Amino acid sequence: MTVGRKLWAIIIIKIFIIFAILRLFFFPDFLNSKSDTDEGKGDYVREQLINRN
Amino acid sequence: MIDQIDLSMVDWARAQFALTAIYHWLFVPLTLGLSFLVAIMETIYVKTGNPEWKKITKFWMILFGINFAIGVATGIILEFQFGTNWSNYSWFVGDIFGAPLAIEGIMAFFLESTFIAIMFFGWNKVSKGFHLTASWLTAIGASLSALWILVANAWMQSPTGMEFNPDTARNEMVDFWEILFSPMAFNKFLHTISNGYVIGSIFVIGISSWFLLKKRHILMAKRSILVAAIFGLITSIFLVGTGDGSAYTVAQSQPMKLAAMEGLYEGEAGAGLVAFGILNPDKKPGDGEDAFLVKVQIPSLLSILGYRNTEAYVPGVEDIVNGGYKPWFEKIPVEEKEMTYSVAQKIEKGKLAISALRDYKTATRAGDSILAKISQKKLQENFNYFGYGYLNNPESVIPNIPLTFYSFHIMVFLGFYFILLFIVMLFFVNRTTLEKKRWLLWISLWTIPLAYIASQAGWVVAEVGRQPWVIQDLLPTVAAVSMIDTNSIRITFWIFAGLFTALLIAEVMIMVRQIKIGPKEGGSK
Repeated sequence: MTVGRKLWAIIIIKIFIIFAILRLFFFPDFLNSKSDTDEGKGDYVREQLINRN
Repeated sequence: MIDQIDLSMVDWARAQFALTAIYHWLFVPLTLGLSFLVAIMETIYVKTGNPEWKKITKFWMILFGINFAIGVATGIILEFQFGTNWSNYSWFVGDIFGAPLAIEGIMAFFLESTFIAIMFFGWNKVSKGFHLTASWLTAIGASLSALWILVANAWMQSPTGMEFNPDTARNEMVDFWEILFSPMAFNKFLHTISNGYVIGSIFVIGISSWFLLKKRHILMAKRSILVAAIFGLITSIFLVGTGDGSAYTVAQSQPMKLAAMEGLYEGEAGAGLVAFGILNPDKKPGDGEDAFLVKVQIPSLLSILGYRNTEAYVPGVEDIVNGGYKPWFEKIPVEEKEMTYSVAQKIEKGKLAISALRDYKTATRAGDSILAKISQKKLQENFNYFGYGYLNNPESVIPNIPLTFYSFHIMVFLGFYFILLFIVMLFFVNRTTLEKKRWLLWISLWTIPLAYIASQAGWVVAEVGRQPWVIQDLLPTVAAVSMIDTNSIRITFWIFAGLFTALLIAEVMIMVRQIKIGPKEGGSK
Protein backbone atom coordinates (compact mmCIF):
# COMPACT_ATOMS: atom_id res chain seq x y z
CA MET A 1 0.00 0.00 0.00
CA THR A 2 1.53 3.35 -1.02
CA VAL A 3 1.59 6.22 1.42
CA GLY A 4 -1.02 8.08 -0.67
CA ARG A 5 -3.55 5.26 -0.41
CA LYS A 6 -2.87 4.85 3.29
CA LEU A 7 -3.51 8.54 3.86
CA TRP A 8 -6.73 8.50 1.88
CA ALA A 9 -7.88 5.52 3.95
CA ILE A 10 -7.09 7.37 7.18
CA ILE A 11 -8.87 10.52 5.98
CA ILE A 12 -12.01 8.60 4.99
CA ILE A 13 -12.16 6.58 8.22
CA LYS A 14 -11.51 9.68 10.29
CA ILE A 15 -14.16 11.77 8.52
CA PHE A 16 -16.63 8.89 8.90
CA ILE A 17 -15.96 8.62 12.65
CA ILE A 18 -16.16 12.38 13.14
CA PHE A 19 -19.29 13.10 11.15
CA ALA A 20 -21.24 9.84 11.03
CA ILE A 21 -20.61 8.68 14.59
CA LEU A 22 -19.45 11.51 16.83
CA ARG A 23 -21.55 14.29 15.32
CA LEU A 24 -24.67 12.17 14.96
CA PHE A 25 -24.68 10.25 18.23
CA PHE A 26 -22.54 12.20 20.67
CA PHE A 27 -22.71 15.85 19.69
CA PRO A 28 -26.28 16.96 19.11
CA ASP A 29 -26.93 20.71 19.09
CA PHE A 30 -27.97 21.22 22.70
CA LEU A 31 -30.17 24.26 22.04
CA ASN A 32 -32.10 22.42 19.33
CA SER A 33 -33.34 20.13 22.08
CA LYS A 34 -34.73 23.16 23.93
CA SER A 35 -36.49 24.97 21.11
CA ASP A 36 -37.00 24.94 17.36
CA THR A 37 -36.92 28.71 17.03
CA ASP A 38 -34.21 31.31 17.57
CA GLU A 39 -36.54 33.19 19.87
CA GLY A 40 -37.05 30.10 22.02
CA LYS A 41 -33.31 29.41 22.13
CA GLY A 42 -32.62 33.01 23.10
CA ASP A 43 -35.22 32.77 25.89
CA TYR A 44 -33.68 29.57 27.18
CA VAL A 45 -30.14 31.00 27.25
CA ARG A 46 -31.35 34.23 28.86
CA GLU A 47 -33.06 32.22 31.60
CA GLN A 48 -29.86 30.27 32.09
CA LEU A 49 -27.80 33.46 32.28
CA ILE A 50 -30.22 35.01 34.76
CA ASN A 51 -30.73 31.96 36.95
CA ARG A 52 -27.12 30.87 37.23
CA ASN A 53 -26.42 34.09 39.06
CA MET B 1 -28.59 27.93 40.92
CA ILE B 2 -24.87 28.23 40.41
CA ASP B 3 -24.41 26.04 43.48
CA GLN B 4 -26.47 23.34 41.75
CA ILE B 5 -24.10 23.14 38.80
CA ASP B 6 -21.97 20.05 38.91
CA LEU B 7 -18.46 21.51 38.85
CA SER B 8 -17.06 18.19 37.69
CA MET B 9 -19.21 18.68 34.57
CA VAL B 10 -17.51 22.03 33.95
CA ASP B 11 -14.12 20.45 34.54
CA TRP B 12 -14.83 17.52 32.20
CA ALA B 13 -16.07 19.89 29.50
CA ARG B 14 -12.94 21.99 29.93
CA ALA B 15 -10.72 18.90 29.92
CA GLN B 16 -12.36 17.65 26.74
CA PHE B 17 -11.86 20.97 25.01
CA ALA B 18 -8.26 21.17 26.21
CA LEU B 19 -7.54 17.62 25.04
CA THR B 20 -8.99 18.28 21.59
CA ALA B 21 -7.21 21.62 21.24
CA ILE B 22 -3.87 20.16 22.37
CA TYR B 23 -4.04 17.30 19.88
CA HIS B 24 -5.29 19.57 17.10
CA TRP B 25 -2.36 21.88 17.77
CA LEU B 26 0.09 19.03 17.33
CA PHE B 27 -0.84 18.91 13.65
CA VAL B 28 -1.49 22.54 12.76
CA PRO B 29 1.86 24.25 13.41
CA LEU B 30 3.79 21.75 11.31
CA THR B 31 1.37 22.36 8.45
CA LEU B 32 1.94 26.11 8.79
CA GLY B 33 5.72 25.88 8.93
CA LEU B 34 6.39 23.07 6.50
CA SER B 35 4.16 24.59 3.81
CA PHE B 36 6.34 27.73 3.71
CA LEU B 37 9.58 25.75 3.77
CA VAL B 38 8.36 23.59 0.88
CA ALA B 39 7.40 26.73 -1.07
CA ILE B 40 10.83 28.27 -0.44
CA MET B 41 12.61 25.07 -1.52
CA GLU B 42 10.51 24.85 -4.66
CA THR B 43 11.28 28.49 -5.43
CA ILE B 44 14.99 27.63 -5.32
CA TYR B 45 14.32 24.70 -7.64
CA VAL B 46 12.44 26.88 -10.14
CA LYS B 47 15.12 29.60 -9.95
CA THR B 48 18.11 27.24 -10.30
CA GLY B 49 16.57 24.42 -12.34
CA ASN B 50 18.66 22.03 -10.24
CA PRO B 51 16.81 18.67 -9.97
CA GLU B 52 18.34 18.04 -6.53
CA TRP B 53 16.11 20.85 -5.20
CA LYS B 54 13.09 19.22 -6.82
CA LYS B 55 13.95 16.01 -4.99
CA ILE B 56 14.33 17.92 -1.72
CA THR B 57 11.05 19.76 -2.25
CA LYS B 58 9.16 16.56 -2.99
CA PHE B 59 10.55 14.80 0.07
CA TRP B 60 9.39 17.50 2.48
CA MET B 61 6.14 17.86 0.57
CA ILE B 62 5.34 14.22 1.27
CA LEU B 63 5.92 14.76 5.00
CA PHE B 64 3.77 17.89 4.82
CA GLY B 65 1.05 15.82 3.10
CA ILE B 66 1.13 13.12 5.79
CA ASN B 67 0.76 15.71 8.53
CA PHE B 68 -1.98 17.57 6.66
CA ALA B 69 -3.97 14.43 5.88
CA ILE B 70 -3.90 13.16 9.44
CA GLY B 71 -4.52 16.54 11.06
CA VAL B 72 -7.24 17.80 8.72
CA ALA B 73 -10.70 18.12 10.29
CA THR B 74 -9.46 17.50 13.83
CA GLY B 75 -10.39 21.11 14.61
CA ILE B 76 -14.01 20.59 13.58
CA ILE B 77 -14.52 18.62 16.80
CA LEU B 78 -13.96 21.83 18.74
CA GLU B 79 -16.94 23.30 16.93
CA PHE B 80 -19.06 20.26 17.84
CA GLN B 81 -18.20 20.90 21.46
CA PHE B 82 -19.35 24.50 21.24
CA GLY B 83 -22.82 23.38 20.22
CA THR B 84 -23.14 20.57 22.74
CA ASN B 85 -21.05 21.37 25.80
CA TRP B 86 -20.86 25.15 25.56
CA SER B 87 -24.26 26.13 24.20
CA ASN B 88 -24.70 29.19 26.44
CA TYR B 89 -21.38 30.47 25.23
CA SER B 90 -22.17 29.68 21.57
CA TRP B 91 -25.41 31.59 21.78
CA PHE B 92 -23.97 34.47 23.80
CA VAL B 93 -21.15 35.16 21.30
CA GLY B 94 -23.64 35.33 18.47
CA ASP B 95 -22.23 36.11 15.06
CA ILE B 96 -18.88 37.28 16.40
CA PHE B 97 -17.51 33.79 16.54
CA GLY B 98 -19.59 32.55 13.62
CA ALA B 99 -18.46 35.16 11.09
CA PRO B 100 -14.70 34.56 11.30
CA LEU B 101 -15.21 30.79 11.26
CA ALA B 102 -17.51 31.02 8.24
CA ILE B 103 -14.91 33.11 6.41
CA GLU B 104 -12.30 30.53 7.37
CA GLY B 105 -14.41 27.72 5.96
CA ILE B 106 -15.34 29.44 2.74
CA MET B 107 -12.19 31.30 1.84
CA ALA B 108 -9.08 29.97 3.46
CA PHE B 109 -9.98 26.28 3.69
CA PHE B 110 -11.08 26.03 0.07
CA LEU B 111 -8.11 28.08 -1.11
CA GLU B 112 -5.78 25.82 0.83
CA SER B 113 -7.44 22.58 -0.27
CA THR B 114 -7.62 23.52 -3.94
CA PHE B 115 -3.97 24.42 -4.16
CA ILE B 116 -2.85 21.44 -2.11
CA ALA B 117 -4.40 19.24 -4.81
CA ILE B 118 -2.36 21.03 -7.48
CA MET B 119 0.72 20.85 -5.29
CA PHE B 120 0.51 17.07 -4.93
CA PHE B 121 -0.98 15.92 -8.18
CA GLY B 122 0.10 18.64 -10.58
CA TRP B 123 3.88 18.09 -10.84
CA ASN B 124 3.83 16.92 -14.45
CA LYS B 125 0.46 18.39 -15.37
CA VAL B 126 0.93 22.13 -14.89
CA SER B 127 3.82 24.47 -15.62
CA LYS B 128 6.61 25.00 -13.09
CA GLY B 129 5.46 28.54 -12.43
CA PHE B 130 1.86 27.51 -11.87
CA HIS B 131 2.91 24.71 -9.55
CA LEU B 132 5.11 27.08 -7.58
CA THR B 133 2.22 29.53 -7.29
CA ALA B 134 0.02 26.71 -5.97
CA SER B 135 2.65 25.85 -3.35
CA TRP B 136 2.86 29.45 -2.17
CA LEU B 137 -0.92 29.80 -2.11
CA THR B 138 -1.15 26.60 -0.05
CA ALA B 139 1.22 28.13 2.48
CA ILE B 140 -0.60 31.45 2.51
CA GLY B 141 -3.98 29.67 2.66
CA ALA B 142 -2.85 27.63 5.67
CA SER B 143 -1.88 30.78 7.55
CA LEU B 144 -5.13 32.49 6.51
CA SER B 145 -7.06 29.51 7.91
CA ALA B 146 -5.35 30.16 11.21
CA LEU B 147 -6.13 33.89 11.04
CA TRP B 148 -9.88 33.58 11.52
CA ILE B 149 -9.89 31.15 14.42
CA LEU B 150 -7.20 33.25 16.11
CA VAL B 151 -9.24 36.41 15.62
CA ALA B 152 -12.14 34.65 17.33
CA ASN B 153 -9.87 33.50 20.15
CA ALA B 154 -8.43 37.01 20.54
CA TRP B 155 -11.94 38.41 20.84
CA MET B 156 -12.57 36.03 23.74
CA GLN B 157 -9.40 37.31 25.43
CA SER B 158 -10.25 40.95 24.80
CA PRO B 159 -13.85 41.43 23.64
CA THR B 160 -14.37 44.46 21.42
CA GLY B 161 -16.44 45.73 18.50
CA MET B 162 -19.77 44.33 19.74
CA GLU B 163 -22.95 45.24 21.59
CA PHE B 164 -25.04 42.98 23.76
CA ASN B 165 -28.67 42.70 22.66
CA PRO B 166 -30.86 41.89 25.69
CA ASP B 167 -33.77 40.88 23.42
CA THR B 168 -31.85 38.02 21.85
CA ALA B 169 -29.32 37.47 24.67
CA ARG B 170 -26.59 37.66 22.05
CA ASN B 171 -23.64 39.87 21.34
CA GLU B 172 -23.90 41.53 17.96
CA MET B 173 -20.97 42.62 15.89
CA VAL B 174 -20.95 46.38 15.34
CA ASP B 175 -17.43 46.80 14.01
CA PHE B 176 -15.87 43.90 12.10
CA TRP B 177 -12.61 45.79 11.54
CA GLU B 178 -12.23 46.56 15.23
CA ILE B 179 -12.46 42.83 15.92
CA LEU B 180 -10.12 41.90 13.07
CA PHE B 181 -7.50 44.52 13.84
CA SER B 182 -7.64 44.53 17.62
CA PRO B 183 -4.10 44.59 19.09
CA MET B 184 -4.84 41.24 20.72
CA ALA B 185 -5.85 39.63 17.41
CA PHE B 186 -2.91 41.19 15.56
CA ASN B 187 -0.32 39.89 18.02
CA LYS B 188 -1.98 36.56 18.58
CA PHE B 189 -2.11 35.80 14.88
CA LEU B 190 1.49 36.78 14.19
CA HIS B 191 2.83 35.10 17.31
CA THR B 192 0.96 31.86 16.63
CA ILE B 193 1.80 31.49 12.96
CA SER B 194 5.44 32.39 13.51
CA ASN B 195 5.48 29.68 16.16
CA GLY B 196 4.34 27.29 13.42
CA TYR B 197 7.16 28.47 11.16
CA VAL B 198 9.68 27.82 13.92
CA ILE B 199 8.30 24.32 14.54
CA GLY B 200 8.52 23.58 10.81
CA SER B 201 12.13 24.75 10.75
CA ILE B 202 13.10 22.68 13.78
CA PHE B 203 11.36 19.66 12.27
CA VAL B 204 13.34 20.00 9.02
CA ILE B 205 16.62 20.54 10.88
CA GLY B 206 15.94 17.62 13.23
CA ILE B 207 15.07 15.13 10.49
CA SER B 208 17.96 16.34 8.31
CA SER B 209 20.29 15.87 11.28
CA TRP B 210 19.09 12.27 11.51
CA PHE B 211 20.08 11.76 7.87
CA LEU B 212 23.51 13.17 8.64
CA LEU B 213 23.85 10.89 11.65
CA LYS B 214 22.99 7.95 9.39
CA LYS B 215 25.31 9.31 6.66
CA ARG B 216 22.48 9.24 4.13
CA HIS B 217 21.34 11.92 1.68
CA ILE B 218 24.01 14.28 2.98
CA LEU B 219 23.60 16.95 0.30
CA MET B 220 19.82 17.02 0.75
CA ALA B 221 20.16 17.17 4.52
CA LYS B 222 22.65 20.04 4.50
CA ARG B 223 20.67 22.05 1.98
CA SER B 224 17.51 21.50 3.99
CA ILE B 225 19.26 22.57 7.18
CA LEU B 226 20.52 25.72 5.47
CA VAL B 227 17.03 26.76 4.31
CA ALA B 228 15.36 25.80 7.60
CA ALA B 229 18.00 27.48 9.76
CA ILE B 230 17.68 30.78 7.87
CA PHE B 231 13.88 30.64 7.86
CA GLY B 232 13.85 29.51 11.49
CA LEU B 233 16.23 32.25 12.63
CA ILE B 234 14.23 35.00 10.93
CA THR B 235 10.88 33.71 12.17
CA SER B 236 12.11 32.98 15.70
CA ILE B 237 13.37 36.57 16.04
CA PHE B 238 9.98 37.67 14.74
CA LEU B 239 8.44 35.31 17.32
CA VAL B 240 10.24 37.16 20.10
CA GLY B 241 8.94 40.48 18.75
CA THR B 242 5.35 39.27 18.55
CA GLY B 243 5.73 37.69 22.00
CA ASP B 244 6.69 41.10 23.29
CA GLY B 245 3.60 42.55 21.58
CA SER B 246 1.48 39.83 23.16
CA ALA B 247 2.82 40.61 26.65
CA TYR B 248 1.98 44.27 26.10
CA THR B 249 -1.62 43.53 25.08
CA VAL B 250 -2.00 41.07 27.96
CA ALA B 251 -0.87 43.79 30.38
CA GLN B 252 -3.62 46.08 29.06
CA SER B 253 -6.47 43.56 28.78
CA GLN B 254 -5.61 40.73 31.17
CA PRO B 255 -3.46 42.03 34.04
CA MET B 256 -4.28 38.94 36.13
CA LYS B 257 -2.78 36.72 33.44
CA LEU B 258 0.40 38.81 33.40
CA ALA B 259 0.65 38.62 37.19
CA ALA B 260 0.20 34.81 37.04
CA MET B 261 2.79 34.50 34.25
CA GLU B 262 5.31 36.17 36.55
CA GLY B 263 4.13 34.83 39.92
CA LEU B 264 3.65 38.46 40.96
CA TYR B 265 1.43 38.62 44.04
CA GLU B 266 2.20 42.16 45.16
CA GLY B 267 2.43 44.87 42.53
CA GLU B 268 5.41 47.13 42.17
CA ALA B 269 6.68 50.04 40.13
CA GLY B 270 9.68 49.17 38.02
CA ALA B 271 8.86 45.46 38.31
CA GLY B 272 11.52 42.98 37.26
CA LEU B 273 11.07 39.99 35.01
CA VAL B 274 11.78 36.59 36.55
CA ALA B 275 14.47 34.97 34.40
CA PHE B 276 14.50 31.88 36.57
CA GLY B 277 12.41 31.04 39.60
CA ILE B 278 10.97 28.29 41.75
CA LEU B 279 7.59 29.17 43.22
CA ASN B 280 6.82 28.68 46.88
CA PRO B 281 4.22 25.85 46.73
CA ASP B 282 2.64 26.97 50.04
CA LYS B 283 2.07 30.54 48.92
CA LYS B 284 -1.51 31.82 49.21
CA PRO B 285 -2.71 35.27 48.16
CA GLY B 286 -2.59 37.71 51.06
CA ASP B 287 -0.57 35.50 53.44
CA GLY B 288 2.49 37.76 53.28
CA GLU B 289 4.78 34.82 52.47
CA ASP B 290 7.45 35.08 49.80
CA ALA B 291 6.10 33.88 46.43
CA PHE B 292 9.42 32.30 45.45
CA LEU B 293 11.84 29.85 47.00
CA VAL B 294 14.49 30.99 44.52
CA LYS B 295 14.43 33.61 41.81
CA VAL B 296 16.71 35.49 39.47
CA GLN B 297 15.21 38.73 38.18
CA ILE B 298 16.04 41.19 35.43
CA PRO B 299 15.31 44.63 36.94
CA SER B 300 12.46 46.72 35.48
CA LEU B 301 11.98 44.43 32.49
CA LEU B 302 8.40 43.42 33.35
CA SER B 303 7.41 47.10 33.53
CA ILE B 304 9.02 47.69 30.16
CA LEU B 305 7.39 44.64 28.57
CA GLY B 306 3.95 45.40 30.00
CA TYR B 307 3.85 49.18 29.83
CA ARG B 308 6.92 50.36 27.88
CA ASN B 309 8.22 52.27 30.88
CA THR B 310 10.90 51.34 33.39
CA GLU B 311 8.91 52.89 36.26
CA ALA B 312 5.44 51.58 35.32
CA TYR B 313 3.43 50.02 38.09
CA VAL B 314 2.59 46.36 37.44
CA PRO B 315 -0.31 45.16 39.60
CA GLY B 316 0.06 41.82 41.35
CA VAL B 317 -2.57 39.16 42.00
CA GLU B 318 -3.50 40.68 45.36
CA ASP B 319 -3.79 44.21 43.93
CA ILE B 320 -6.13 43.03 41.21
CA VAL B 321 -8.31 41.20 43.72
CA ASN B 322 -8.35 44.11 46.17
CA GLY B 323 -8.45 46.95 43.61
CA GLY B 324 -7.61 50.50 44.61
CA TYR B 325 -4.61 51.06 42.34
CA LYS B 326 -4.25 53.28 39.31
CA PRO B 327 -3.58 51.26 36.18
CA TRP B 328 -0.67 52.43 34.06
CA PHE B 329 -1.56 53.47 30.56
CA GLU B 330 0.86 55.48 28.52
CA LYS B 331 -1.63 57.88 27.02
CA ILE B 332 -3.41 58.87 30.24
CA PRO B 333 -1.53 60.82 32.94
CA VAL B 334 -1.53 59.01 36.28
CA GLU B 335 -3.44 61.78 38.08
CA GLU B 336 -6.34 61.53 35.61
CA LYS B 337 -6.80 57.82 36.03
CA GLU B 338 -9.45 56.28 38.17
CA MET B 339 -8.78 53.74 40.88
CA THR B 340 -9.55 50.21 39.82
CA TYR B 341 -12.46 48.39 41.36
CA SER B 342 -11.88 45.43 43.63
CA VAL B 343 -13.15 42.08 42.41
CA ALA B 344 -15.81 42.23 45.16
CA GLN B 345 -17.05 45.53 43.66
CA LYS B 346 -16.98 44.02 40.19
CA ILE B 347 -19.02 41.06 41.44
CA GLU B 348 -21.64 43.53 42.72
CA LYS B 349 -21.68 45.29 39.36
CA GLY B 350 -21.97 41.96 37.58
CA LYS B 351 -24.94 41.01 39.72
CA LEU B 352 -26.50 44.39 38.92
CA ALA B 353 -26.06 43.68 35.21
CA ILE B 354 -27.66 40.25 35.49
CA SER B 355 -30.60 41.54 37.54
CA ALA B 356 -31.02 44.35 34.98
CA LEU B 357 -31.28 41.69 32.27
CA ARG B 358 -33.96 39.95 34.33
CA ASP B 359 -35.83 43.24 34.89
CA TYR B 360 -35.57 44.12 31.23
CA LYS B 361 -37.14 40.85 30.19
CA THR B 362 -39.91 41.16 32.78
CA ALA B 363 -40.61 44.74 31.70
CA THR B 364 -40.74 43.96 27.98
CA ARG B 365 -43.06 41.03 28.61
CA ALA B 366 -45.33 43.30 30.67
CA GLY B 367 -45.13 46.05 28.04
CA ASP B 368 -43.55 48.45 30.54
CA SER B 369 -41.35 50.51 28.21
CA ILE B 370 -40.10 52.90 30.90
CA LEU B 371 -38.84 50.11 33.19
CA ALA B 372 -37.41 48.35 30.12
CA LYS B 373 -35.44 51.49 29.23
CA ILE B 374 -34.15 51.97 32.78
CA SER B 375 -33.14 48.30 32.99
CA GLN B 376 -31.40 48.41 29.63
CA LYS B 377 -29.42 51.49 30.71
CA LYS B 378 -28.42 49.75 33.95
CA LEU B 379 -27.39 46.68 31.97
CA GLN B 380 -25.28 48.73 29.58
CA GLU B 381 -23.60 50.62 32.42
CA ASN B 382 -22.57 47.40 34.14
CA PHE B 383 -22.17 45.07 31.19
CA ASN B 384 -18.35 45.21 31.25
CA TYR B 385 -18.58 43.31 34.56
CA PHE B 386 -21.40 40.95 33.53
CA GLY B 387 -19.39 37.77 34.06
CA TYR B 388 -18.31 38.73 37.56
CA GLY B 389 -21.92 38.29 38.66
CA TYR B 390 -21.44 34.50 38.45
CA LEU B 391 -18.43 34.38 40.75
CA ASN B 392 -18.87 33.22 44.31
CA ASN B 393 -15.81 34.90 45.77
CA PRO B 394 -13.12 37.38 44.66
CA GLU B 395 -10.39 34.71 44.62
CA SER B 396 -12.26 32.95 41.79
CA VAL B 397 -10.51 35.27 39.33
CA ILE B 398 -7.08 33.86 40.16
CA PRO B 399 -5.93 31.29 37.60
CA ASN B 400 -3.62 28.36 38.33
CA ILE B 401 -0.46 30.35 39.01
CA PRO B 402 2.17 27.56 39.02
CA LEU B 403 0.90 26.13 35.74
CA THR B 404 0.80 29.56 34.08
CA PHE B 405 4.16 30.65 35.51
CA TYR B 406 6.12 27.52 34.59
CA SER B 407 4.50 27.21 31.16
CA PHE B 408 5.42 30.81 30.38
CA HIS B 409 9.01 30.39 31.48
CA ILE B 410 9.47 27.07 29.69
CA MET B 411 8.13 28.69 26.51
CA VAL B 412 10.42 31.71 26.78
CA PHE B 413 13.49 29.66 27.68
CA LEU B 414 12.94 27.27 24.78
CA GLY B 415 12.25 30.18 22.42
CA PHE B 416 15.70 31.63 23.06
CA TYR B 417 17.26 28.17 22.90
CA PHE B 418 15.77 27.72 19.40
CA ILE B 419 17.37 30.98 18.25
CA LEU B 420 20.72 29.77 19.53
CA LEU B 421 20.26 26.43 17.77
CA PHE B 422 19.46 28.12 14.45
CA ILE B 423 22.60 30.30 14.76
CA VAL B 424 24.80 27.32 15.63
CA MET B 425 23.40 25.25 12.75
CA LEU B 426 23.96 28.14 10.35
CA PHE B 427 27.52 28.46 11.61
CA PHE B 428 28.31 24.79 11.00
CA VAL B 429 26.19 23.97 7.96
CA ASN B 430 28.50 25.66 5.49
CA ARG B 431 31.52 23.89 6.92
CA THR B 432 32.38 20.33 6.30
CA THR B 433 32.47 19.69 10.03
CA LEU B 434 28.70 19.50 10.62
CA GLU B 435 28.53 15.75 9.94
CA LYS B 436 31.25 15.24 12.55
CA LYS B 437 29.40 17.17 15.25
CA ARG B 438 27.29 14.21 16.24
CA TRP B 439 26.37 15.74 19.59
CA LEU B 440 24.88 18.73 17.75
CA LEU B 441 22.99 16.49 15.35
CA TRP B 442 21.53 14.51 18.24
CA ILE B 443 20.56 17.75 20.00
CA SER B 444 18.86 18.96 16.81
CA LEU B 445 16.91 15.73 16.50
CA TRP B 446 15.74 15.84 20.12
CA THR B 447 14.79 19.48 19.79
CA ILE B 448 11.76 18.43 17.72
CA PRO B 449 9.70 17.41 20.80
CA LEU B 450 10.94 20.51 22.63
CA ALA B 451 9.47 22.68 19.86
CA TYR B 452 6.07 21.09 20.47
CA ILE B 453 6.43 21.47 24.23
CA ALA B 454 7.17 25.20 23.82
CA SER B 455 4.19 25.62 21.52
CA GLN B 456 1.77 23.83 23.82
CA ALA B 457 3.16 25.74 26.80
CA GLY B 458 2.31 28.97 24.97
CA TRP B 459 -1.30 27.89 24.64
CA VAL B 460 -1.40 26.86 28.30
CA VAL B 461 -0.31 30.39 29.21
CA ALA B 462 -2.95 31.90 26.93
CA GLU B 463 -5.83 29.71 28.07
CA VAL B 464 -5.09 28.66 31.65
CA GLY B 465 -3.86 32.16 32.42
CA ARG B 466 -7.26 33.65 31.61
CA GLN B 467 -9.34 31.32 33.74
CA PRO B 468 -12.10 31.45 34.92
CA TRP B 469 -13.13 33.32 31.79
CA VAL B 470 -14.42 31.93 28.53
CA ILE B 471 -14.95 35.52 27.45
CA GLN B 472 -12.81 37.90 29.47
CA ASP B 473 -14.90 39.58 32.21
CA LEU B 474 -18.17 38.72 30.45
CA LEU B 475 -18.68 34.97 30.77
CA PRO B 476 -16.98 32.48 33.10
CA THR B 477 -16.87 28.78 32.28
CA VAL B 478 -19.49 28.02 34.91
CA ALA B 479 -22.06 30.18 33.09
CA ALA B 480 -20.99 29.16 29.59
CA VAL B 481 -21.40 25.41 29.95
CA SER B 482 -24.55 23.49 28.93
CA MET B 483 -26.57 21.64 31.53
CA ILE B 484 -25.74 18.19 30.24
CA ASP B 485 -24.94 14.86 31.78
CA THR B 486 -21.36 14.68 33.04
CA ASN B 487 -21.15 11.04 32.01
CA SER B 488 -21.76 11.88 28.36
CA ILE B 489 -18.84 14.35 28.41
CA ARG B 490 -16.69 11.79 30.19
CA ILE B 491 -17.46 9.15 27.55
CA THR B 492 -16.69 11.45 24.63
CA PHE B 493 -13.53 12.61 26.39
CA TRP B 494 -12.20 9.04 26.33
CA ILE B 495 -13.40 8.49 22.76
CA PHE B 496 -11.43 11.55 21.71
CA ALA B 497 -8.43 10.48 23.72
CA GLY B 498 -8.50 7.13 21.87
CA LEU B 499 -9.17 8.62 18.44
CA PHE B 500 -6.51 11.28 18.66
CA THR B 501 -3.94 8.96 20.14
CA ALA B 502 -4.57 6.54 17.27
CA LEU B 503 -4.15 9.40 14.78
CA LEU B 504 -0.96 10.53 16.45
CA ILE B 505 0.48 7.00 16.43
CA ALA B 506 -0.51 6.67 12.75
CA GLU B 507 1.16 10.01 11.99
CA VAL B 508 4.39 9.11 13.74
CA MET B 509 4.53 5.61 12.20
CA ILE B 510 3.83 6.77 8.64
CA MET B 511 6.22 9.71 9.01
CA VAL B 512 9.02 7.56 10.41
CA ARG B 513 8.55 5.01 7.65
CA GLN B 514 8.59 7.70 4.99
CA ILE B 515 11.65 9.36 6.51
CA LYS B 516 13.48 6.03 6.57
CA ILE B 517 12.67 5.54 2.89
CA GLY B 518 14.09 9.02 2.27
CA PRO B 519 13.85 11.12 -0.88
CA LYS B 520 13.47 9.40 -4.20
CA GLU B 521 14.37 10.58 -7.65
CA GLY B 522 11.17 12.10 -8.97
CA GLY B 523 9.61 11.96 -5.49
CA SER B 524 7.69 9.36 -3.57
CA LYS B 525 4.31 8.01 -4.60
